[in-house]
Amino acid sequence: MSPLILLAIVLALTVAGYVMGRQRAVGSVDDVRKLHSLPNFYGMNVAMLAFVPAVLLLAIWVIVQPLVVAGQVRGDIPDTLYETRGELSLVMSDVQRVASGLDTAIAQGVLAPGDIEGLDATTVRDTLGGVGVALGSDVSEEVLAAALDYRATSNTGDWVRTVVVLVVAVAGFLYAYLGTSGTLRARNRVETGILILLITAALIAILTTLGIVLSLLFNTIEFFGLYPADEFFFGTTWSPSFGGGSQLGILPLLWGTLYISLIALAVAVPIGLFAAIYLSEYASSKVRSIAKPMLEVLAGIPTIVYGLFALLTVGPLLVGIFGDGGILGVGWMQGGTAVMTAGLVMGIMLIPFVSSLSDDIINAVPQAMRDGSYGLGATQSETIRQVVMPAALPGIVGAILLAASRAIGETMIVVLGAGAAARLSLNPFDAMTTVTAKIVSQLTGDADFASPEALVAFSLGMTLFVVTLALNVLALYIVRKYREQYE
Amino acid sequence: MMKDNVENKVGVDAMNVKFSARDVQVYYGDNHAIKDVNVDILDKTVTAFIGPSGCGKSTFLRSLNRMNDTIPICRVEGDILLDGEDINAPQVDPVQLRAKVGMVFQKPNPFPKSIYDNIAYGPRIHGLARNKAELDEIVEKSLRRGAIWDEVKDRLDAPGTGLSGGQQQRLCIARAVATEPEVLLMDEPCSALDPIATAQVEELIDELKASYSVVIVTHSMQQAARVSQKTAFFHLGNLVEYDDTTTIFTNPRDTRTESYITGRIG
Repeated sequence: MSPLILLAIVLALTVAGYVMGRQRAVGSVDDVRKLHSLPNFYGMNVAMLAFVPAVLLLAIWVIVQPLVVAGQVRGDIPDTLYETRGELSLVMSDVQRVASGLDTAIAQGVLAPGDIEGLDATTVRDTLGGVGVALGSDVSEEVLAAALDYRATSNTGDWVRTVVVLVVAVAGFLYAYLGTSGTLRARNRVETGILILLITAALIAILTTLGIVLSLLFNTIEFFGLYPADEFFFGTTWSPSFGGGSQLGILPLLWGTLYISLIALAVAVPIGLFAAIYLSEYASSKVRSIAKPMLEVLAGIPTIVYGLFALLTVGPLLVGIFGDGGILGVGWMQGGTAVMTAGLVMGIMLIPFVSSLSDDIINAVPQAMRDGSYGLGATQSETIRQVVMPAALPGIVGAILLAASRAIGETMIVVLGAGAAARLSLNPFDAMTTVTAKIVSQLTGDADFASPEALVAFSLGMTLFVVTLALNVLALYIVRKYREQYE
Repeated sequence: MMKDNVENKVGVDAMNVKFSARDVQVYYGDNHAIKDVNVDILDKTVTAFIGPSGCGKSTFLRSLNRMNDTIPICRVEGDILLDGEDINAPQVDPVQLRAKVGMVFQKPNPFPKSIYDNIAYGPRIHGLARNKAELDEIVEKSLRRGAIWDEVKDRLDAPGTGLSGGQQQRLCIARAVATEPEVLLMDEPCSALDPIATAQVEELIDELKASYSVVIVTHSMQQAARVSQKTAFFHLGNLVEYDDTTTIFTNPRDTRTESYITGRIG
């Protein structure tokens, strides 16, 4: 029975449970007001116990069964068919294709279920080709045998699953239904159920993060098995070559990342902060209601569009000023892609980020603080500089650090605006590249996933993750430590 | 027929008048908050504004140092003269005016700075001290006048926000006197304080009257009776009665005043 039909049966049982549980509770007393909880809660209690455990079990089973079956079938495949783990996984994917192809063939009536056992390995490819399942090579005896085993085990698993899930659903239903009486604290049970639901949601979010970190971590460890860690962290040359003999020093990439982020922040922080001060302190509510959403439109532009802007507009413009034969005649800039190009555009991207957060923080400074200052005869800018800003500073620092971690993680603007050359240079008009851009270039293309040149992407990602995490933690710490210094 | 507002004439010595308000109207948008108020506030005197909530006494107080300018929808009409000069005249700088007419607010609002910097804030802005020694002197003198010097003299670098509520309010009063104002406006300065702190602030107000004209808005009639020499009773935006405090509390002329001080309206 397919999982969908099974789910439909459980749902039907749930709805029935709701109606029946409610009726049983109402029928158990002579006056509805004598019930411990409102009648709906009794219905929900039965529905909850019929539905949740069964569906949870179904979900886990659907995910785990293929893994278990594959593990078992893997034992059937003789050592002679493969040498490395990579080859084994190729064989296994053949097995799974043949198995699902046989299912398709039976569903279309090309094969009778009884024919399966007597199949000849040499004709399988043609038979399956006839029902639209294309195989890359002829099927060997061993693969066919494994595929048959795979099908058989899966079918058994499916049957056991159907039975177990139905038993659990009915058991939950009966437990809750038979336990329903006027004194049952159904309301509290439903409350507990909701609590568990909320906790599960929070756990999923946290566990996913943990999973991402772990997947990075294992690949990073694997990388450091192939490439010395000290050369990675302290190497000053980045020259991957897929033929081997790569130099994978992270320093040029980190330098590019920091340099571009620095320029971006140098653009975004003053402009964003001044914009926030104008909007929150000087602008009339009319101006504010128009200007603030317009500024926030900037935040909605996809970063690839900013990248195009850097590549097509800002880069050529800068070359026209700082390049050979430019207006200044200094010839500092060789091409449109440079640290300055990417930094400027990234700064523009971050303006709404800084201004919007700072605006909220400045608005949170109590009016009493401003009144106190005005009452002493201070002007508006004196008040802002000496009272509002010091009070808002922790929050603003937090906003800037959050903007910094966005700048460090930004990819598309760098790919299009900063060039691809990894180098350690102080000239902001040189092309450089960042950690994120190199992660993209190391993983796109047909690199062997087991080589250090591809695995380095994971340790780059891990380094970046640690840096931005540290920045975020620092931002949170500053914001928390100094928050509510004023009332 | 009873008039809504007292006429100006309570037999005041014209030489002694600090603030003189004539036909003052205040509007919040379309809301007419203060209607035809005429009043003469005396120098070196404590004047109390009493009245039920929403009667306009705080609004009128805030128009005396043009704090209402900071509220965009607020509009003030009529003449308010400080020492004979119209404070709403175009050549008057509200910032300078507020240095002359200090203000203490309902809730203590020390800046998130040290105690020293809180007091030095006004003198620094207005350039009252030529050097650090003079500034130190101003800070000490102001804290002494605020009756808080002995409590904070050993921790002038500590944040002003770390003081107790009563200490914070006295710090704010000290901050207000540091700019050497001529008038001190107090908007319910004791409403956030406990009885002991209230007593300290009241004692302070009594001392301040020797050098300043003090105007205090209060909800507590006992407080008005204790600290003030003149009392003005506001009701629904009108100045109903203005007279010596003893007269207001023992022999009010208007029935609304009598009803309020005996607790029948309010």
